[in-house]
Formats: sequence, structure tokens, C-alpha cells
Amino acid sequence: MWDRVAEELPRFFTYYNVVFFLKAMFTTFLLSLIGCVLGSILGGLLAVIKITKSKLLWPLRAVALVYVEFFRRIPFLVTLLLIFFFFQAFGLEVSVFTVALVSVWVIATAFIAEIVRSGLEAVPTPQWEAAEVMNFNLLQTLATVILPQAWKVILPPAFSFFVLFIKDTALASQIGVVELTYSAKVLNNKGFSAALAFGVVLLLYYILSYPLAKFGAWMEMKLEISKYRSM
Amino acid sequence: MKYLSIDQCDAYYGKLKVLDCVSLDIEKGDVLSLIGPSGSGKSTLLRVLVGLNKPAAGRILLEGEEIDYQNKRSLKKARDRFAIVFQQYNLFQNMTALKNVTIAPVKIQRRPKKEVEAEAVELLKKVGLGEKLKSYPDELSGGQQQRVAIARALALKPEILLLDEVTSALDPELINEVLDTIRLLTQETRTMIIVSHEMGFVREVSSKVAFMDAGCILEVGEPRLIMENPDTDRAREFMTKILHH
Repeated sequence: MWDRVAEELPRFFTYYNVVFFLKAMFTTFLLSLIGCVLGSILGGLLAVIKITKSKLLWPLRAVALVYVEFFRRIPFLVTLLLIFFFFQAFGLEVSVFTVALVSVWVIATAFIAEIVRSGLEAVPTPQWEAAEVMNFNLLQTLATVILPQAWKVILPPAFSFFVLFIKDTALASQIGVVELTYSAKVLNNKGFSAALAFGVVLLLYYILSYPLAKFGAWMEMKLEISKYRSM
Repeated sequence: MKYLSIDQCDAYYGKLKVLDCVSLDIEKGDVLSLIGPSGSGKSTLLRVLVGLNKPAAGRILLEGEEIDYQNKRSLKKARDRFAIVFQQYNLFQNMTALKNVTIAPVKIQRRPKKEVEAEAVELLKKVGLGEKLKSYPDELSGGQQQRVAIARALALKPEILLLDEVTSALDPELINEVLDTIRLLTQETRTMIIVSHEMGFVREVSSKVAFMDAGCILEVGEPRLIMENPDTDRAREFMTKILHH
């Protein structure tokens, strides 16, 4: 097999193919980044809604609960196809990339909501009570008391989710988005050996996810230190 | 008109009735101690006053004005006048001692930061923690944390200070440093409601003592009267037990 790979190498790394891979890598990167950023924003919001106690907010809590439970329980691929056909059914002309983007956003939101909620709930109730009796409102309590203590609990599972998530975006290839996995399939179909095509893609996934994991570890360390200094 | 009046209040934890038709009047400047067995509703009464547990029935009036615990504005107004110190201190773990004391006056009461900080330093000195301004709660002993919590409550300039078993979580050796701090406070004319099992201390600092059992207030009166010569059998039994242990 290796001599076949060696023989293919010069033909494989042509200018065209390299650009093709880099573009696909950028697509994977965009899907992951936008999914994680938008998902964190909306997921954080859902988590906050879920922990509210006010009677008036129960319809919002119900929506948050149904949303999170639903999208965490069905496979990514099913969500992707659901959203794909949703756009079709309403006759909306959008690119497959947009469909994939909306899908990753929807999914990341559901998962991050649960990660944030469990982090917020890890802060003992008396911390809430102490703030409440001093007339802190919900946002003030979250910003000054709860979140600074919850980050430690939220970050490790959040970053492990982000890293997993980069790989999950591969499913977007199923609806024809040219991201990393799809690009490997294309080159494989063009006659290059699977070992070579997918081997390169494996490396590129690693290049995407390794810095993210490192960044997560760095953030955790920094938060741990800042507890005792510089506040 | 009574200063603080608790009028036939009920409270529940789920289905369990923890306050049963509690009525109590407190004059301005009173130091009232609530005593009685564990689970008799003493702490719950304090929690009800600051709205952490909502009263299911009855009224609470502050200078003749009823506190509506379902109404955010009314509750907020009442909470501006109370401060509570908890059994487990409940200091904000992510803040230094100084920040714990200054955060609410600066962020919530919107008072000038410089002024508040100067006051907070004075308060922390007063409770004997002038050296620990920059320490985080988990770097302090229980007694020190509780004194920070007292300083935090005082920084709010409350009219009524509630102390919920503030020495129960402390080692015997640390109890005195906290009691000394509270003793200092009782010399200032401030209304205080104290829940405590430290009978000697209660007798020394209180102007009034109320005995609670099973969610009811059985007796209220001068400390000497309630503690030495109670009317009810239940109170007599409690006093005998606690004084001879």
C-alpha cells in the first residue's frame, strides 16, 4: 500500500488539490466556530431561562426545556435533514452551507445549554440567597457572583464538546457541503487511495482541534489562578 | 404603632408546616433572641422576614406598612432595611473579604466606591480583620469568615440586623471571637433579632427572648423571666436540658 501512496504523492499535492483542501478546512472551521459561538450565546440564554424561578416565565422555561430535550435526543444527521427539508418545504432558497450552519447552531445551542445549566447549578444555593437578600437582581447575581464561580465547572465539558463538535460537522458532507470529510471523499473518488485522502484530512482535523483543546486548558488554568490573584 | 410586627404568620417547606400562626412585636432598638429546639422554626422566621421563604398566611408590618412578599418593589424596599448573617456565612467565594463587604453598597446601593471602601476597611478592622482585607473566604477560618459576613451585613447600614445561628458552625474556640463582635454591636442602638443556642450570651445581650417550639412562639419576655422561670412546661423542659448538659 505504501508504495502506492508514495507513487500518488506528487500527483496528490497539486496546487489545485491543496487549495481544495484548505477551502474545505476553512468551511469546517467556519461551521465549528459559528456553531460554537452562536450556540454558546443562545445556549447560555436558554440555561439562564431554565434556572429562573419566576412564575411569569414558565412559558419560556417550557420552550427551553422542550428545545433542549428534543435536540439533544435526536441524531445530528436527523436534525440536519430536518432543517434541510424544513427550508425546502417553505420554498426557501438557501445554500447547503446555510442549512449546515443553522443545523450546527441548533445542535450546539441544545448541548451548551445543558453544560451551562449544570455549571450554574453547581454553585451552592446559599450564594444565590446571600445575593438575593442584598437586592441583587438576576443579572447582577449571575455576573458578579454565580458565573465567576461557575466557569470552572462549565469550561472543561464545554471545550470537550467544542472539540467533539469540530468532528461532528463532518456530517454536513451528507447534504453536499464541501467540508473536510467531503473533500477527502471527492479525492478518493478521483482515484487517490483512501489512506492518502483520509490521512491528510485526519491531519487537518487534528490541526483544527488541537489548538482549541490547548486554549481550553489555558483558560481553565487562568481562571484557577485568578481566583487567588488580580481581582 | 409597633416598629416591626409579625402577625399570625404561617410558613411551609413543601407540605411541612414550619411556622404556625407566629405573632411577635419588636420595638425599635430591641435585641430579641429566638431560642428553642432545632427545627422549631427560628431560622425559618428570619428567612421569612427577608423573603427567602414566603409566608403562606399572616402579615408582616414594618413601621405600620405591610411588606408584600409577592410584590418585587415592596420586597426590595423591605430588604433594604434588613440584613441577615447566615449560619454558614455564605460569603461570595470569588471575592476577597474587602470585595465581599463593598460589592452590595457599591453595585446595588450605588454609593461612591471610595467612601464605601473606607467604611468597609473600618468595619473589617472593627471585627478584627484589618489584616485580612485581601484574603479570599477559603483562606480564612470559620470564625474569620463569619466576622467578614457580619461586616458585610453592617456595610449595608441595615435598620434591623438578623443573625441566624452565627456561631453554630464554628469550633468552640472560635465562637468567642464572633460573640465578642456581636456584643460590640448590641451596644449600639440597633434593632437585632438573634437566633442562638448560646444561652449565656443570649441572656447577657438580649432585651427580649422568645421561646419557640414546633413552629409556634410559646413565650416572649425578659430574658431572666423566660430562662429562669418559664410558664410553659415545654420551655421549662428545654431550659432544664440545655442548662444541665
